[in-house]
Amino acid sequence: MKKKIGVYVCHCGGNISDYVDVERVRKAVENEEGVFLAKTTMFACADSNQKEMVNDIKEQQLDGVVVASCSPKLHLLTFRAVAERAGLNKYNYVHANIREQVSWAHSDNKEGATEKAIKIVEAAIARVRHAESLDPIKVKSTNAVAVIGAGVAGMRAAIELAEAGSDVYLIEREFFVGGRVAQWDNLFISKESGKELVTRLYDEVMKHKHVTLLTGAEVVENKGSIGNFELKVKVTPRHFKLQCNPGELQKAIDVCPVVVPDEFNFNITNRKAIYHNYPSEYPQLPAIDIKNCTRCGECEKVCTAVDFSQKTEYRNIKVGSILLATGFDPYEPKKGEFGYGEIDNVVTLPQFKRIVHYSKDKLMYKGKEIKNIAYIYCVGSRQVDGDNKYCSRYCCTATIHAAIDVKKRFKNVHNFHFNRGIRTYGKQEILYDESSILGDIYLQSFEHDPPVVEKVGNETIVKIKDILTKDKEIEVAADLVVLVTGMTPRKDNAIGNLLKIPKGRDKFFNEIHMKLRPVETVINGVTIAGASQGPKNIMESMNSALSAATKSFSIVASGELALEPVIAEVDEKTCEWCGKCDEACPYSAFSKVEKDGKFIAKVNPAICKGCGMCLPVCPVNALNIIGMTDEDVEDMIDALIPNA
Amino acid sequence: MAKGKVNNSPKILVFSTEKISDPAIDMAGLLKLHYPPTVYTIPVPCSSTIKPRWILHALERGFDGVFIAADGTDCPYGETCTDKTGEIVRVTMEEMKKRGMDPARLKMAAICSVCSEPFVNHVKSFVEYLSKSSK
Repeated sequence: MKKKIGVYVCHCGGNISDYVDVERVRKAVENEEGVFLAKTTMFACADSNQKEMVNDIKEQQLDGVVVASCSPKLHLLTFRAVAERAGLNKYNYVHANIREQVSWAHSDNKEGATEKAIKIVEAAIARVRHAESLDPIKVKSTNAVAVIGAGVAGMRAAIELAEAGSDVYLIEREFFVGGRVAQWDNLFISKESGKELVTRLYDEVMKHKHVTLLTGAEVVENKGSIGNFELKVKVTPRHFKLQCNPGELQKAIDVCPVVVPDEFNFNITNRKAIYHNYPSEYPQLPAIDIKNCTRCGECEKVCTAVDFSQKTEYRNIKVGSILLATGFDPYEPKKGEFGYGEIDNVVTLPQFKRIVHYSKDKLMYKGKEIKNIAYIYCVGSRQVDGDNKYCSRYCCTATIHAAIDVKKRFKNVHNFHFNRGIRTYGKQEILYDESSILGDIYLQSFEHDPPVVEKVGNETIVKIKDILTKDKEIEVAADLVVLVTGMTPRKDNAIGNLLKIPKGRDKFFNEIHMKLRPVETVINGVTIAGASQGPKNIMESMNSALSAATKSFSIVASGELALEPVIAEVDEKTCEWCGKCDEACPYSAFSKVEKDGKFIAKVNPAICKGCGMCLPVCPVNALNIIGMTDEDVEDMIDALIPNA
Repeated sequence: MAKGKVNNSPKILVFSTEKISDPAIDMAGLLKLHYPPTVYTIPVPCSSTIKPRWILHALERGFDGVFIAADGTDCPYGETCTDKTGEIVRVTMEEMKKRGMDPARLKMAAICSVCSEPFVNHVKSFVEYLSKSSK
């Protein structure tokens, strides 16, 4: 029990004292049990008052402090720091919110506000009375990071971490690195191609001794927590030996009888079961798509590098932090959405980019030359009825960039942009300007009145009521309709489920705080980067990748972590392991241990978030959050009961 | 307003959540959306932290009503929060019935981090209900 509590009641200029009689509050609490001094202050947060508090705590040897002021969201940390500066453990500080929840909320009722303020300060005093000093929980940390996804974000993060001196496991599910960017040709603004960007990153990754690249690899199990994640990685073989003669390889591809749609080209082309996404792709060794392979053995006859004896391997790795850079999937339009899947010359933006890639002198699709191209924007983004309410950020720019590209490369191309307002923010506006100068036509509609794609005879007609020309009905006979599809979260969320990463309303991975903690997740030790978090362009992905790498590095670099001690605790006397807490815990923080001849629940302090979901489910009431015991809460309730 | 009148208003204890509903209640103050000053708040990490015994304690010691300003689907600790909070309400109401209390003295609603107006509307209608039922 505290005997020397200091209470400070803040005027907040007049924000509080105009409606709450702060002097009456001070008087009402100064004789409360344990209160040693009670003061009012014009601005509790002001430097002068902070200094006074430090002096009071030191000179009067206060053992508990309450400040009654604004919301704890503003200044809880400020006053905890004051306590620490005065040598008092910060958990002996309790904050009372008498501005947002009293003076402002009840500015219509000064008497009521004052009475409520008194109760709230009394409740804070009741709580601080049995506050205990707490020390951060110390956990040793392994200086290694698992980076999941070897796209541009993952590779950039891996390089940064390796340069800083951490061991990096770069884990890629596909057999080739580069992710979505490998599927893109020249990029705004440098004119570098996606492939070139990927190659540069790959070369740097491979230079580092500290990076272990695992392709065809997936994390299938996690047994640890921050500082010490124990991951089991399943590595699927490529069925190729390291040395491979390029001539033999081409023969092997030629003789392979299996032909499947090439997902790398969004199924607009076919590939064999032995494949490379493109020549010179990294790693340069091809892979055999074992799901489709018929094991006919033809390839083995012509290529000595083929090796069907390779087996799936499991590797156990230990890391201090996990960085997720798992990317996105392009939106897949529904059958019939703007004619998709029904009208044969309706394609998506990613498909269009591959069509452009494979066109030589003429822009060709399905054997026909393309002249009139209709781009329909915001397909699968900014949905009125669907779930994807968000803007995918990259697509306006990507489309206009592609449109300029085809117009410059091929003769007689006419671009028609059916948009809902162009969002080429920042430098990307240059592209919009350029496309306008080149004569691209922009037609616009609102979300409730989208363009219509129809097959009329042999022609594909796109119709719009164009709001830029006062709702004039305009039709374009298009040789190709490009649906500008946005970004969606990965359909396969196995890694998110495994690590219990929360998702936002957009179903992408969710950060703790969009602005203040943008790359951390509520799962301690797991950071997120790139488009796994939401639509981003390459530049934005790099920013977040470097940020996440820094954050992950700060977790693993020090060798020891200090974690928040406000977590669940088990009363070992009353606990008789029943497993209910384990069921309720969203993070698997509980384990069953034997102690003094019985089984009890044990909290892993490195995993527990202090959410308290376990508290009410315990049938014998053996669980509490430290600093929020039944006594704490019930004493506060008693203090709050308005004068009966 | 006279002192007597303040004390006659029903007393409500609100369990808010540190990351979601408490910011909404803060913002109600910022926007000067008034509600009776006999509404008091104790913030907890998550609405599925609340023990039924705390609710019963409050009701037995003099609070007329308890309002759980739940995280709903916005809970930072995961989507199971809604069901868990619902279960807490169910268990507590059963106990209230056993003890001869009106289960409607416990109320729950999801209050998102910007749901200041819904919060004020909820407590106002709750105050109204409690004033009527106590007469």
